[in-house]
Amino acid sequence: MSVSLLLAINSITLGGLLFLLSAGFSLIFGLMKIPNLTHGSFFMLGAYLSTTLIARGFDFWTAALVAGVLVAVFGTIVERLILRRLAGAELAQVLVTLGLSFMIADVCLMVWTGDPIRIDTPAALRGTTSVMGLGFPIYRLAVSLIAVVFAAGLWGLLDRTRLGAMIRAGVDDAPMARVVGIRVSRLFTVVFGLGAWLAGFAGVIGGPILSVYPGLDQEMLPLALVVVILGGSGSLLGSFVGSFVVGFLYNFGQAMFPELAYVVLFLPMLLVLVVRPQGLFGRQAV
Amino acid sequence: MKRFALAAALVVLATVPLWVGSTYYVNIASQILFYAVFALAVNVLAGYAGLVSLGHAGLFGIAAYAAAKIMTGGHGHLAVAAGALAVTLAAAAVFAVLALRGTGLGFVMITVALGQIVWGVAYRWISLTNGDNGITISGRPSPFGLSLASPRGFYWATLAVFLLAVASMAVFVASPFGASVRGTRDQPRRMNALGYHVWMIRFLAFVLSGFWTGVAGLLYLYYNQFVSPQAVTLTASAEALLMVISGGTATLLGPITGAALVVVMKNVASAYIERWNFVLGAIFVAIVVFMPEGLVPGVARLFRRSPLR
Repeated sequence: MSVSLLLAINSITLGGLLFLLSAGFSLIFGLMKIPNLTHGSFFMLGAYLSTTLIARGFDFWTAALVAGVLVAVFGTIVERLILRRLAGAELAQVLVTLGLSFMIADVCLMVWTGDPIRIDTPAALRGTTSVMGLGFPIYRLAVSLIAVVFAAGLWGLLDRTRLGAMIRAGVDDAPMARVVGIRVSRLFTVVFGLGAWLAGFAGVIGGPILSVYPGLDQEMLPLALVVVILGGSGSLLGSFVGSFVVGFLYNFGQAMFPELAYVVLFLPMLLVLVVRPQGLFGRQAV
Repeated sequence: MKRFALAAALVVLATVPLWVGSTYYVNIASQILFYAVFALAVNVLAGYAGLVSLGHAGLFGIAAYAAAKIMTGGHGHLAVAAGALAVTLAAAAVFAVLALRGTGLGFVMITVALGQIVWGVAYRWISLTNGDNGITISGRPSPFGLSLASPRGFYWATLAVFLLAVASMAVFVASPFGASVRGTRDQPRRMNALGYHVWMIRFLAFVLSGFWTGVAGLLYLYYNQFVSPQAVTLTASAEALLMVISGGTATLLGPITGAALVVVMKNVASAYIERWNFVLGAIFVAIVVFMPEGLVPGVARLFRRSPLR
């Protein structure tokens, strides 16, 4: 009982982190039609940057916000300088993001060495809390809560603001959105920056749970990919549901079928692709 | 002129072990050749069929793992080669059926997922694949009395396979089947309207690609006498694609040039430059941004533009 409860908590926490990571991935994919293969690198870069910031005396939350901003600035530069040059050539864009992910991984290895770095849990959130006689690790609950708050915030942004309406228009039909006067290319920059910020931030708050190590990028990217394919690209609800599904599949798969954990993770995705290629909540075919 | 160049290239290739001094460089040449076979296989899909696969290292690894398993099971080399290729062909057929649910980016993402499943099995299913430690085999075969144990012998055998692969690609490109594959890349709807079975053409292209990928995987196993999950990573798939794209997609010479570039970068340059992964990524980005058609067509274009002609 307690093992499966612990697994469930871990699943929800991982789901929360994955949501932060994949929401941006999904929006970028939905709007710009690029599977941004640097997204895992953004996650790792954010986490690494925060370790340096924390070592310089910043507190955890400031470091998380600032690291996110630095990653977002980097992402925006990439979008403006490189991806923009390749507008319309989606395949070239995918390949560039892949090349960049190699470069980022190598730079991180150079700067932060190959040793895993642990990010300390913020002091206020250490330990466990007791609910109904069961112990819950506070920090993991906090991460899940942050994910839910961000989900609500992003939903508000997309569903209730003018900017959100413009983004939704761009996702649904970019040429038509251009015709009615929406500067879709500017939206690209905004969405790419926002996605990068979310990924960097997620990397930092995931740090106390996952730590940071070379290869973290390649580990998170396929998970984000699975989430987006399961949930449907460009759909916030899809990312949300998909993240928690993947969180549960990953943790329970690893506990119950350790040798086949990845098969357990990827098979549902293949099933969805075969049965419903646009994803559970997607509107258009990928 | 063209015939002369071809003959000269053949002579140069055949005599590499004789004029290249150390066995180290002979081994590098062997690596270039079997990676070129791999790149040619990827090119069938990425170049001629317009289907970019980021999961081909999975097929490559399936061939290597299948061969290693059959060999550690105590079977002869003929059974190893035949078994590994049969398994790879079957896997390629399954990959194709799943991946061809999508085209364009959908295809890319499904192949990523398939490649990751293979990686996960190689990494985690320890009773089958020995996990991160990989599988070591001992002994290379001696087909037709030529021992492959020495670097020279292995080079010549690899060269023979490589030439066979190039010849088969040349035949494929010139054949009606090759033309129909290019047709499904450029005008799938028209091809469909003309009565071609677009899905079947793509499926066959995938299987052809899978076959040569399997051959390359087999050579890789015999070369290293070892296979580990490292061979099946997403990075490995990306490298294969980089070979094709850097050299030039949908050309015969491009993937070969690209394979040479990547292998040389990896082995020779890494002795001088510590950060070869960074350089590899930078080359990747630079080629895509500045020379999107690849080195071979790109250089050819530069020559055509020059006032000398």
